[in-house]
Amino acid sequence: MNAADIPVLSIMLAIPMVAAALCLFVRAELARPIALGATLANFILGVVLWISYDPAGAQWQFTESAQLFGPIGWKLGIDGISLTLIMLSVFLMPICIGASWNSIQKRVGEYMAAFLLMETLMIGVFAAQDLLLFYIFFEAGLIPMYLIIGIWGGQDRIYASYKFFLYTLLGSVVMLIAMLWMIQFAGTADIPTLLNTDFPVPAQTLLWLAFFASFAVKMPMWPVHTWLPDAHVQAPTAGSVILAGVLLKMGGYGFLRFSLPMFPEASANFIPLVFGLSMVAVVYTSLVALVQQDMKKLIAYSSVAHMAIVTVGLFTFNQQGIEGAIIVMLSHGLVSGALFLCVGVIYDRLRTREISRYGGISVNMPKYALLFMLFTMASVGLPGTSGFVGEFLSLAGAYKVSTWATLIATTGIILGAGYMLYLYRRIAFGPQVNADAAAMQDIDGREMWLLAPIAIVVLWMGVYPETFLAPIRRDVATIVDRIERAAPAGDSKLMAVDPTTARFRVVHEPKKDVAEGSH
Amino acid sequence: MELNASLSLVRPEIILSFSALALLLLAAWKDQAGRLISILAVAALGAAAAFTASSLGSGANASAFDGLMVNDAFGNFSKLLIYIAAAVSLTIAPRFLEKAGAMRAEYPVLIVLSCVGMGIMVSATDLASLYIGLELQSLSAYVLASFVRSDGRSAEAGLKYFVLGGLASGMLLFGASLVYGFAGSTSFAAIGLAMDKEVGLGLIFGIVFILSGLAFKISAAPFHMWTPDVYEGAPTPVTAFFASAPKVAAIALLMRVVLEAFGSQVLVWQQIIIAVALMSIIIGAVGAIGQQNLKRLMAYSSINNVGFILIGLATGTEQGIAAMLVYLTIYVAMTLGGFVCLMQLKDKDGNYREEFADIAGLSKTRPALAAAFAIFMFSLAGIPPLFGFWGKLVVFNAAVAAGLLPLAVIGISASVIGAFYYLKVVKVMYFDDAADVIAESDDKVLVWTGGILAAANSPLGYFAIPALGVWTAVAAEALF
Repeated sequence: MNAADIPVLSIMLAIPMVAAALCLFVRAELARPIALGATLANFILGVVLWISYDPAGAQWQFTESAQLFGPIGWKLGIDGISLTLIMLSVFLMPICIGASWNSIQKRVGEYMAAFLLMETLMIGVFAAQDLLLFYIFFEAGLIPMYLIIGIWGGQDRIYASYKFFLYTLLGSVVMLIAMLWMIQFAGTADIPTLLNTDFPVPAQTLLWLAFFASFAVKMPMWPVHTWLPDAHVQAPTAGSVILAGVLLKMGGYGFLRFSLPMFPEASANFIPLVFGLSMVAVVYTSLVALVQQDMKKLIAYSSVAHMAIVTVGLFTFNQQGIEGAIIVMLSHGLVSGALFLCVGVIYDRLRTREISRYGGISVNMPKYALLFMLFTMASVGLPGTSGFVGEFLSLAGAYKVSTWATLIATTGIILGAGYMLYLYRRIAFGPQVNADAAAMQDIDGREMWLLAPIAIVVLWMGVYPETFLAPIRRDVATIVDRIERAAPAGDSKLMAVDPTTARFRVVHEPKKDVAEGSH
Repeated sequence: MELNASLSLVRPEIILSFSALALLLLAAWKDQAGRLISILAVAALGAAAAFTASSLGSGANASAFDGLMVNDAFGNFSKLLIYIAAAVSLTIAPRFLEKAGAMRAEYPVLIVLSCVGMGIMVSATDLASLYIGLELQSLSAYVLASFVRSDGRSAEAGLKYFVLGGLASGMLLFGASLVYGFAGSTSFAAIGLAMDKEVGLGLIFGIVFILSGLAFKISAAPFHMWTPDVYEGAPTPVTAFFASAPKVAAIALLMRVVLEAFGSQVLVWQQIIIAVALMSIIIGAVGAIGQQNLKRLMAYSSINNVGFILIGLATGTEQGIAAMLVYLTIYVAMTLGGFVCLMQLKDKDGNYREEFADIAGLSKTRPALAAAFAIFMFSLAGIPPLFGFWGKLVVFNAAVAAGLLPLAVIGISASVIGAFYYLKVVKVMYFDDAADVIAESDDKVLVWTGGILAAANSPLGYFAIPALGVWTAVAAEALF
């Protein structure tokens, strides 16, 4: 697989780890460049990974395997889906470090160490090929994130950090029991083997629910999303970026990697549940976002709404829906990360996140207003930006399964346009009522360097999504093949026939419509 | 000839008994030799550990003294763990006791004698030898708890421990007499044979009383009440000792009694163990939440951890026993580490501090100590990637393999409650404003011991998994 047999993934895990250890022992002035250097080095490795990944090659590439820890195998390997998410992580990390360059002044070494540790764990989650190794990486992320929120967070940081930790821990521990059962049933913890293990259907139901408990919290799905606004609001800017950008994607990745291919029948049976919760989430959290006074909270609620579109897309059981869901995940990772950075930029100047304290800043901050506008539009899903591609694909996929769910999920886009444009209007346009807001400096070079790369990728993904679809296409097809046997019939009665002759055909009602139960 | 063979099988106990006597003589001969005797006691423990370690991986199984004791892999593994824990408790003690004005030679001697008792406990295969070992250990422990005579709390702890311990021993003896009466023998093997045929009500009563007495010794709920008081009152090095070595011995003893004597009737005791396990987990977790004293917190933590360990016993399988031994090993490292950190909490006047308020903002003033303490706390909470996670994982894995899914789900969900108070320690150290009462530690021994234990609890500990897996598997096999 790997031309030179260099364990690229292990190196990518090791670089931030070593840098984190270093950061603990050096002064602040040294910790920052070390962290930036390590994350940039990892980004370069990520690019190498991306270039040398062969979309037509083996399903699992860059595989490594060593029995270091007895029953826990050090097994790494990636497919296209993991690749794109790893790329997202390594792309956002240097930006996070840059975003914390000036705004973090206390305990810089520890801060950088926590972020670097976080990077190792995120890459580990997406690259692990051993179930227990995955769990370790998945859970271990709680510790650095708990510290990041609790030490460097805002006013209510302690409440938020507890809530974050205990919510996600409670969700995950039951999944561990399910994993242990699966390992015993299959006799191996090897994920590629488990992906092709057929678990008995009654067991699938329980296993699915156990995994759902974990991923739904992580995702987060309504009604277990309440930790997210708290955590987001209290976390420092870079913490929010990582939380929204990558940590939420672990839930979606979990559904995609475990729930769907390992328990296809159970997944099909639970479509009504997933769609139901997603529909509530889209409408409810969008409406909640509409009335927020706090910018970060607004974006946090919009994250819940966007992630609901991901869950709808994932559980469509078809190529478009799942591809769309992955693109929404990538797009949301970039866009919400960028929006949090945008909030961070003005927060650093005025030390408040209250929307009404700003206004008309497009006059004094034109460059900022332009970039903010771009990310607002991408969040809304304007064609030409990454948001459109993902949402369109997932909703098109969802239409095949449930027209009603699609209808309601689509209102999310309209509501999204509502709250995002309203936010943008209140901040960037209108009269300059606040003198201090009107006196703010436009973004400097450092902030430009943080936002511009994201803007480029957002446009790239919107204009030529093929770059990002190419590596995942085959892997999504593999999953779709695997779950086809349980695929729901759908209520949209799509007919792949010549439209001119279609009206002469007798349409047979599908015998049993699984998805009909969803509404 | 028979006697010689038997004696050669209990070499570690003989070494320790003679060392204890010799050290006692030395103490009478030479004043103020507490430190020297501590060092010699550690050496004696090391020699005993070397003897047990030499036969660690072997499956040899030799009965001594007409079936009163056995020398097997299970006993050897437990003994090794006990000796190491006792040696650590001895190593960290001198400064603390000197400060309290109680660095007397009896401390190491009592610990060594207690180790003899514990060695007998884990290799006893007869109710009579079991009781002798248990009492030798307990009597040493009562004295150790009240070792700082000038401190009222210490004296109170010793008295409480003695009275309640006496009660537990009484229950145990009563149960043993019932079992003897109904089974017709005190030997585990004979009891096992008798239970194969028929289990009468009298025998069940006996089993319940024996289990209750032992539950007291391992501080499992609902017999846990003494633990927080004794842990708080006893001098901290003694508390560290109580939380590690005697706990290993009592749990190992429980395993052997339950499996060798009552192993043929799993259903008789399984429900009791499950109930005790879940109660311990939940009471240990909930009880800890309101504590302000860190030693009391560690006491509840040990109750909580005993619950997790008992889940392994509830399975009644070889895998479960091996998992318990893995957990015990990690638990000893975690809990000793926690106490080593506690002992470094000295204010500028050299007084030992043990309240939550004292460690507020510790990470700003003593970053390394706070980091080590945080590692032990996260490890006790079982959060990966720390090594404590592995202990929980193997125990729950055994429960799942034995089909005890509800137990596993309830147990692991309750571990989230426990996580809450471990997090509280981290929160106080890392998030709160610095109280700045804790001074720089001047005790290099503590710093190094803490560092080594923290490394063992960090992900580096995972490298020990293969070896630990082999040893515990061999040890568990010896009970079946």
